[in-house]
Amino acid sequence: MSALMIRNLHKSYGSLEILAGINLEAKTGEFVALVGPSGCGKSTLLAMIAGLETVTSGEIWIGDRLVNSVRPKDRDIAMVFQSYALYPTMTVRQNITFGMESRGVPKAAQAEAVQRVAALLQIEQLLKRKPGQLSGGQRQRVAMGRALVRDPKLFLFDEPLSNLDAKLRVDMRTEIKKLHHRVGKTTVYVTHDQVEAMTLASRIAVMNQGSVQQFDTPKRIYDRPTNMFVAGFMGSPAMNFIPARLTGSTSISVRAADGSDASLALAAPMSAGAPKDVVLGIRPEHIYRFTTDLKSRKPAVASMQAPVELVEPTGAETLAVLRLGDLEITGRFEPDDAPVMGETITLGIDMSRACLFDPTTKALL
Amino acid sequence: MSTHDLIVPAAAAAARPWRERLGTMVPILVLAPSIAASFIYVFVFTFWTLYISLSNSSLLPTYGFVGLDNYASLWANRRWNIAYTNLFLFSGFYIVGSMAVGLLLAIAIDQRVRGEAVWRTIFLYPLAVSFIVTGTVWSWLYNPVDGIQAFVRGLGWTDFSFALTANRNTAIYAVIITGIWQSSGFAMALFLAGLRSVDPDLVKAAQIDGASVFRTYRRVILPTIAPIFLAVAVIQIQFAIKTFDLVAALTRGGPGVSTTFPAIYVYDLMFQRGQIGEGAAAAMMMLAAVAVVLVPYSLWIVWRRRAEGRNG
Repeated sequence: MSALMIRNLHKSYGSLEILAGINLEAKTGEFVALVGPSGCGKSTLLAMIAGLETVTSGEIWIGDRLVNSVRPKDRDIAMVFQSYALYPTMTVRQNITFGMESRGVPKAAQAEAVQRVAALLQIEQLLKRKPGQLSGGQRQRVAMGRALVRDPKLFLFDEPLSNLDAKLRVDMRTEIKKLHHRVGKTTVYVTHDQVEAMTLASRIAVMNQGSVQQFDTPKRIYDRPTNMFVAGFMGSPAMNFIPARLTGSTSISVRAADGSDASLALAAPMSAGAPKDVVLGIRPEHIYRFTTDLKSRKPAVASMQAPVELVEPTGAETLAVLRLGDLEITGRFEPDDAPVMGETITLGIDMSRACLFDPTTKALL
Repeated sequence: MSTHDLIVPAAAAAARPWRERLGTMVPILVLAPSIAASFIYVFVFTFWTLYISLSNSSLLPTYGFVGLDNYASLWANRRWNIAYTNLFLFSGFYIVGSMAVGLLLAIAIDQRVRGEAVWRTIFLYPLAVSFIVTGTVWSWLYNPVDGIQAFVRGLGWTDFSFALTANRNTAIYAVIITGIWQSSGFAMALFLAGLRSVDPDLVKAAQIDGASVFRTYRRVILPTIAPIFLAVAVIQIQFAIKTFDLVAALTRGGPGVSTTFPAIYVYDLMFQRGQIGEGAAAAMMMLAAVAVVLVPYSLWIVWRRRAEGRNG
């Protein structure tokens, strides 16, 4: 059974269409991430699931209930907001119990639930403090505590980590993942950070301009992006897009730096209906320095020459900007084996990992 | 630091102190007139009034010391006692009333009503009218012969009675109602600004937590804007204590002495009856009434600032 099912959901403000026919599903216990650039409608979608925005048309099912016109408090959900939305005048304990208090849960049960959640999130020593006296990470924890104490069917997170500094964000990300493993609640998590989506989710819905571009596992989304938007959005540094021409069913040619055409053999033959002009999508980490050893390990490697324009060491890896025709591509190298600026290296491109796109429809071929 | 930095050419050494001195003098020069004015008008005159209240001054200030005689004769006067009681009665009802009405109006407007700007202007308009005009117009409305009573009787309810200002027991409530009408719009404007500053996510969180609208306001929104309650109260208190023109125009302190206020009483003593000493004593009592409220408030502000400083 799925905990959340969304069918052909539309949302518009007057003539402005925010969501154009969303179909989405989360199985019980699943962690679904909604990811996309700002303005893609992901937060609106979450607010509609929560019942904070009205539905223009379509259906939202939570469990086996159609909740289109059910009030937020009766939807059996809990939400963590981007701003945390902790009640500033209440103590942490009151923040956590406010919902139970509103529902008339007996005091003893409230105390017990607070104890359980506080222990789970290690915030026992903070219960008497007010939100203003907490650090960003602690507020984050309290906000999660307020959601957890409800024991809801569905957890909603609206960019919960975007107000934290970089280091804390990574820590809290790990903690959310651990928490999800322990609690096992169905979760819908909105983020604009594709790394967060990749690390946390069991399935990712990549959204753009009010529609879901691809809804799949992180690995599938990363390896076989369904179109150029998904390919470019997921992964950092972004996938390189290289215009290429199909020269047969198993080879393409690209323009090299010196203006000559370099031929690259495809790992699998193209179908006959494919267009002549294609876009070769290759991720930076699938570009290597060509060696015979590499060729024996990865038989699908194709080689070509490229001058190195710029080298960016980041410590764990070294990014190199390489010239290819009139465009620049990025390659990711081992720091010990990194090219130097001005060098012309022989690239080994792992064609088994390459994606080919149709330049007009932008779709994966 | 290298030694070069320490060797300054002779000319520059001479110029710099002068410029620096001028730089430090400018703020003092600019502020001096207002500091002097506020010192003279607030402290010097307050202490002068205090001294006069202890003197035997009558038509003109004289400096024969009579101790607390003026205060004794002031408190022996029935009219002063009524005036001082009126001050507290009026302040209490007026502040609570205008805040309650203002808050309700603000909450009503905060529900994203249509034509919000129009409502806001309408409710804020009374504040643009001077107390004299308000008092005069409302004195007509309260007038049994050609006010609200006459109007309703004209509609057919011939037993209708609405003559608050004609009765010495109810006249003070006429003043209170008029005061509330005048300043609840002001309270509304401040409350509305406060309500608008509340993070909308808080309301959404309360909605998901299952709190009713009433509960959301009482437990979440209103506590968040508590400082605004305080600001409104403090501003209203000094309005209330200064009350003079509203009463002067509305009831002229009557019927009898039932709506006399300390400010009217002071004016009477000082400028009508030539008893400056006793008038000064009455003025000091008004100062005391303000101080009772404002001193604890400012102490609380200082304490809170320190507390916040401690919490970092």
